Amino acid sequence: MKTEPLIRFSNVSFTYAKGPGREGWQALQDVSLEVYEHEFVAVLGRNGSGKSTLAKHVNALLTPTSGQVVVAGLDTSVPEHVWEIRQKVGMVFQNPDNQLVATTVEEDVAFGPENLGIPPAEIQRRVTEALAAVDMLPYRLHPPHRLSGGQKQRVAIAGIVSMRPKCIVLDEPTAMLDPAGRREVMRTIHRLNREEGITVLHITHHMDEVIGADRVLVMDQGRIVLEGSPREVFSQVELLRELHLDVPQVTDLGQRLRKRGVNVPPGILTVNEMVMHLCPSD
Amino acid sequence: MRFRNLTIGQHIPGDSIVHRLDPRTKILGTVLLIVLLFSVDGFVGYAMAGLAIALVIHLSELPWRYVIRGLRPLMVILLLTVGLNLFLTEGEPLFRLWFLTITKQGLVRGLMMGVRLVLLIMGTSLLTLTTSPIQLTDGIETLLSPFRRIGVPAHELAMMMTIALRFIPTLLEETEKIMKAQMARGADFQSGGLMQRAKNLIPLLVPLFVSAFRRADELAIAMEARGYRGGEGRTKFRELRFGRMDAVAMVLSVVYTVVVGVLF
Amino acid sequence: MSIRLENVSYRYLEDTPMETEALSNVSLEIKDGEFVGIIGPTGSGKSTLIQHFNGLLLPSSGKVWVDGVDLTHKDTQLRKIRQKVGMVFQYPEHQLFGETVLEDVGFGPQNGGLSQEEVVERVRRALAYVGLDFEELKDQSPFELSGGQKRRVAIAGVLAMEPSVLILDEPTAGLDPKGREEILDEIRALHKERGITVILVSHSMEDVARLVDRLIVMHQGRVALDGTPVEVFRQAETLKELGLGVPQVTELMHELKAKGLAVNTDILTVEEAEEEIVRVMGGQK
Repeated sequence: MKTEPLIRFSNVSFTYAKGPGREGWQALQDVSLEVYEHEFVAVLGRNGSGKSTLAKHVNALLTPTSGQVVVAGLDTSVPEHVWEIRQKVGMVFQNPDNQLVATTVEEDVAFGPENLGIPPAEIQRRVTEALAAVDMLPYRLHPPHRLSGGQKQRVAIAGIVSMRPKCIVLDEPTAMLDPAGRREVMRTIHRLNREEGITVLHITHHMDEVIGADRVLVMDQGRIVLEGSPREVFSQVELLRELHLDVPQVTDLGQRLRKRGVNVPPGILTVNEMVMHLCPSD
Repeated sequence: MRFRNLTIGQHIPGDSIVHRLDPRTKILGTVLLIVLLFSVDGFVGYAMAGLAIALVIHLSELPWRYVIRGLRPLMVILLLTVGLNLFLTEGEPLFRLWFLTITKQGLVRGLMMGVRLVLLIMGTSLLTLTTSPIQLTDGIETLLSPFRRIGVPAHELAMMMTIALRFIPTLLEETEKIMKAQMARGADFQSGGLMQRAKNLIPLLVPLFVSAFRRADELAIAMEARGYRGGEGRTKFRELRFGRMDAVAMVLSVVYTVVVGVLF
Repeated sequence: MSIRLENVSYRYLEDTPMETEALSNVSLEIKDGEFVGIIGPTGSGKSTLIQHFNGLLLPSSGKVWVDGVDLTHKDTQLRKIRQKVGMVFQYPEHQLFGETVLEDVGFGPQNGGLSQEEVVERVRRALAYVGLDFEELKDQSPFELSGGQKRRVAIAGVLAMEPSVLILDEPTAGLDPKGREEILDEIRALHKERGITVILVSHSMEDVARLVDRLIVMHQGRVALDGTPVEVFRQAETLKELGLGVPQVTELMHELKAKGLAVNTDILTVEEAEEEIVRVMGGQK
């Protein structure tokens, strides 16, 4: 018997209303999807594909113009559910600075639990646990402006972890980080998924960040146009190119080599895989 | 680069008796000091207040030069106050300088105003030197929360203060970045008269304001995503607790203020 | 027009207990028409270095010459230098301030003392260069444009000064793959068609491998490596120690060679890798 999904989108469409200096436009068109607990799902798409809009529907920051979003059995369009939904689904945003609200790291990580009315002694415990989970415990008394981008994002993630959510949605969390910061953040969210069992919905346009996902959804113009394992998705190099997405160099190379008659399978994801296929060990 | 040295609130961490007092005690103590300074008359009264301040400085284990340093930025106001009183008070003339007259009364008043101001600055400096910004906001919020029923937005004020303190260093960094970017296009922030310099600030202020509004927007969304819905039902990570020392300090302060204020 | 640094060191908070040396004894010369890439981990001094090229920072010790002019000389007019050495900062759209696109893009040439007609001409050319239409946008508020357009307007603002040297600090930061490709193509075209000296600070090994003639690697305030991309990426071990990588295909070639495949490892692009592997493996199976 199949378990109930943690998140279910049923024929969701969303139109941004016309505003000052902006035309109204339809960001989501008839989107249906399911995310199950403990999954690591990546959503890929270029700017304007609707992926950010999708993310904001999961924790009821936006509600559908038509269709329905149900999270942990709760309908997001019901105002009374919103608070509980936001405890179950936390969200990390793109700009590391504009999420940190307090003057020290530990105060900020405590912000979420404070909002939930958790007793102070319990908050203390959660703050310590959350900071340890993202490897930022030594920085607990630091002010935010003295942290690097990667460190700030980890603190933001800790701020969500301290609320003990079932799922974390990350909306392009590495877009403003340097390579070191990106690695820190990706390592952290994979570990949280593996070791704490937290469901992860990771929105990005960086192909190399989806390699470790269980499932990849590719969006374009408000629709899901491709879905599958990373390998399945990466095999579609031409389609991805048309969607103005980049594939890692090895994947691109793999496809070119196949065209030239070299026998490598489609959807090569890493350098190691390519090496293995080109030089099978004896 | 000149912004990097700014320490917000000049808080110097420490472990003295004063540092460990509840922030509410210190805030109320400062209020009492202000009341005292405005109710005494005559040098003896000020000397008594000065004595109390000296005692607290001693207990705080802070070097005197830190407290004195707080006077520097306010030097101009100090000199202005003393000067105005010196030269503009009616009474028995003592000296004549050019077209200005210093009277005996002026001398006395000028000095008293000066002393009062110095003590005031030192007293409030002590507050910020021994209390971290978080403690200050917590203290103010807790002190004001009984007044919520009559409409005082204690929690909102504290939240505003926290966010302001949090973003000041970030905004300063951004100011520097914008300045450099505009200077790279030939902007001149240094020369010109007052009007010209004000106009030259537009390429700095407009982007800064636009950015500040964007930050506020994003921060608000992030706060909502973390379940923020105002002060209702919120708990606090750090709870303030009155200790024995606080009770002692409060009682002593009140008694001292009343006695000295009445007698002097 | 060349830029020369001689024994340049830069110290923050000098004479305080928190003094840090961001640049240590850097000497280098950037010749007219070069396309230089500067890479290095965060904190290696890249940003400090480029700010010495247009006098935004002056060295604590050492000298800087731009077009033969000593920047540390007290009579040097730094504002004039900045018309010739243009700098595009990260997220340049965050500097937009003008009421109209014309006003904002014209800021640079205006500060350079050009007449109103000349300013308008420069703005027109600069906007065309980044693929925007002058007539359509000149009276619009820059704040009402899309994200991609805002960045182009900001870059046009620097191009309008028609500098001989263009410095770009991570111009593709925050852009999606399509956006990145477009900007990098425009930069390459600028260098090729106009012969402008281009200095590109980047975190992407793949990008610099494709574009630049010369690569400078910064580490802890010093120049750790300086050479052509091929020369620099040969030093894979050193780069790893510095916390940097090499383009993915270059890494692949090294791994293949380590496994015994007789491949040339001076490969920087996917196209080169394709040719080389086909050559070595024959096209059959």
